[in-house]
Amino acid sequence: MATETAVDVVMPQMGVSVSEGTVTKWLKSEGEQVEADEALLEISTDKVDTEVPSPASGTLTQILVQEGETVEVGTKLAQIGGAPAGNGQASAAPPEPATAQAAAEAEAVSSSEGETPTAAQVEETKPEEPAPEPESEAAPAAPAARIADGATDGKSFVSPVVARIASEHGVDPGQVQGSGRGGRVTKKDILAFIDSGEPMKASAEAAAPPVVAPSTPAPAAPAPPPPQAERPAPAMPQAEPAAGETLEPMTAMRRGIAEHMRRSLDTSAHVTSAIEVDMSRVVAIRKKLKKEYEKDYGVNPTYLSFVARATVETLRDFPWINGEIRGEQIVTRNYVNLGFAVELADGKGLIVPVLKHAEGLNLLGIARGVTDIAQRARDKKLTPDEVQGGTFTITNPGGYGTFHGTPVISQPQAAILGTYAVVKRPWVIQDDRGEDVIAIRPIMNLTLTYDHRLVDGALAGRFLRDLREKLQTWDEAAY
Amino acid sequence: MSEKTYLQAISDGLREEMRRDKRVFVIGEDIGVYGGAFKVTLGFQEEFGAWRVIDAPLSETAIIGGCTGAAIMGMRPVAEMQFADFISCAWDQLVTVAAKQRWRAGTPVPITVRLPSGGGFSGGPFHSQNPESSFAHIPGLKVICPATPEDAKGLLASAIQDPNPCLYFEHKHLYRRIKAEVPDERYETPFGKARVHQEGDDLTVITWGAMVYTAEEAAQQLNDDGVSVEILDLRTLVPWDKQAVLESVRKTSKVLVLHEDTHTGGFGGEIAATIAEEAFEDLDAPVKRLTAPDTPVPFSPQLEKAFIPQVEDVVASLRNLAEY
Repeated sequence: MATETAVDVVMPQMGVSVSEGTVTKWLKSEGEQVEADEALLEISTDKVDTEVPSPASGTLTQILVQEGETVEVGTKLAQIGGAPAGNGQASAAPPEPATAQAAAEAEAVSSSEGETPTAAQVEETKPEEPAPEPESEAAPAAPAARIADGATDGKSFVSPVVARIASEHGVDPGQVQGSGRGGRVTKKDILAFIDSGEPMKASAEAAAPPVVAPSTPAPAAPAPPPPQAERPAPAMPQAEPAAGETLEPMTAMRRGIAEHMRRSLDTSAHVTSAIEVDMSRVVAIRKKLKKEYEKDYGVNPTYLSFVARATVETLRDFPWINGEIRGEQIVTRNYVNLGFAVELADGKGLIVPVLKHAEGLNLLGIARGVTDIAQRARDKKLTPDEVQGGTFTITNPGGYGTFHGTPVISQPQAAILGTYAVVKRPWVIQDDRGEDVIAIRPIMNLTLTYDHRLVDGALAGRFLRDLREKLQTWDEAAY
Repeated sequence: MSEKTYLQAISDGLREEMRRDKRVFVIGEDIGVYGGAFKVTLGFQEEFGAWRVIDAPLSETAIIGGCTGAAIMGMRPVAEMQFADFISCAWDQLVTVAAKQRWRAGTPVPITVRLPSGGGFSGGPFHSQNPESSFAHIPGLKVICPATPEDAKGLLASAIQDPNPCLYFEHKHLYRRIKAEVPDERYETPFGKARVHQEGDDLTVITWGAMVYTAEEAAQQLNDDGVSVEILDLRTLVPWDKQAVLESVRKTSKVLVLHEDTHTGGFGGEIAATIAEEAFEDLDAPVKRLTAPDTPVPFSPQLEKAFIPQVEDVVASLRNLAEY
């Protein structure tokens, strides 16, 4: 018998697009005492590595997901307090050799058929008790009523009004603690969440303490998300490699990138325009500032910082390029959250940390910010807040000498700027007498890849022209 | 202002209309000498004479047919069906003739049909029905369902002045049970304007007629749980106040449509469908309907109680919605 209320520790949602996480290390072992908010375990997701604090004080009665296992967001990882659940099988179960499709089907069946208690429910029930049947109401039982009775995990259902509010405020309903049936997020829950403060800020905090639901062992208790055993991850194809081939499982990050890239191309009408920029002035100014910045601030004013600073300035005049299509509406902002595509140190993926409110930073501020987030991105030390909320992205593949590219837009943004190698080229300019002469100039190509649903070619052209103008006539005093 | 029963308000309102407008006359079974089955027209024949307070033969067809003819000739007849259930006998005159006349020939048909409706007193299958939905489906007819004495008088005045055939459903269970202040002067309550019976923030009940009071009692119990319920009394079904309904849905996002009429094809379905079409993105729960089941109204008091939505049924539905 439970002597205290059991509290579930679940895999937290670490970002809008993050669907799963890997337990990297348990900092406490079963039977050990833990305080509320004390670090309980470490997890790794495709965006960040972080510690998960304990949602309650008590004894760590049971660890259900072992180190190295990858589970879906919301999966119960452990239990604090209460008696250990009778069935510890799920915790030790190795990933079953089922295909992802079979797992998905199994999940679909268990969530659509209210009469069949899910495996999770069975696990919740004491062995001597019969499997719970959804209570039938006095009113005629409709399928919706069954979902409402908690036969399925209500947390996964987002009602129309909650979906609308979430999209209007850019909030992920998964980060909101639900008070509705089965843990469903109600309109009141999400409004209170938004009212409670800046959702972006709250999301970072909410990501740290996992969403918890007191798990009283009553038949009507909300069923936890399917345990890990029900949906093995990573799902490995069983085919043997052909001669000369090797197989390796996709990392969570690689799958996340794959999904996002495909979805972006399916969503936006990608068009790319390019422009050539004479960087003579920037090169000269950078040469001068480099010493000063490195000496006084320990910061390298990279070409990227110059381009970023000029981009933020130009975006001010092109709100749609810093905008977003949201349903039937166009979103514009009075701020720029500038994302930078950063390759990770291990070469196994990329991440887009975001420099918030870049419109308030001068050249030094941007240079410092870019250095900082790029380093922490490589070290996987970013907080969830720092990889969300971008309004425009810059990608910089020029370090390898490439002079052109067609990057993929980071959804749901409207455009992405590509910066390329600064190359000395013979360039036609006019001399003092207005005669054409050939000079050697450092030239950089810039590309703007934009969503033609929102941004037309002429608008993109004007944006690139203005950006080039700012770089070619760099005003040191202004920036 | 004076306190009146729902029945007294109807009677006084009707008398007032007859006094101010010579074109208004009443016709029905036993409404003259006897004063009507529910005594709404008691004393009318003494005051207005047998020509304006006509005892009709037992033929609803003749009553509605006669009213239609008189209305076309410029009169403003008010017919009484002894029970709303009997209106089915006059279906053809009402639906085929009266409802279509204005579209066919351009002549207005300003008739008012008073329909004592509803159950709750073991009247059985022929004396307890709420057939408003059947007529709400017929273009050309207006459908009126007052819940309060004040509305009973004001909506009757509007119905008599309206150039279309108006079906005025007066709920028998409210006749002597409901008492409230009614303005002494004449006034018209506009059609298509819902009344907020009580304001609330968490759930909305959309209803009309006697169910307004059932909802009110249920809402009190929910209030004890800390759940605030808004009750919207539609007052008229044709036209109905879509705007008020959608506004309330936007506010609470959880809706119970409640009516005493049976389920399938009931007017609640129309409301629920409209909410789904026009306020989908404001919903935080499925729109729920609580109605009588699809059976005739039973005689047995126990069965009738099971048939007509009771306070505890509404409480259960509301709690279910609140917890969703």
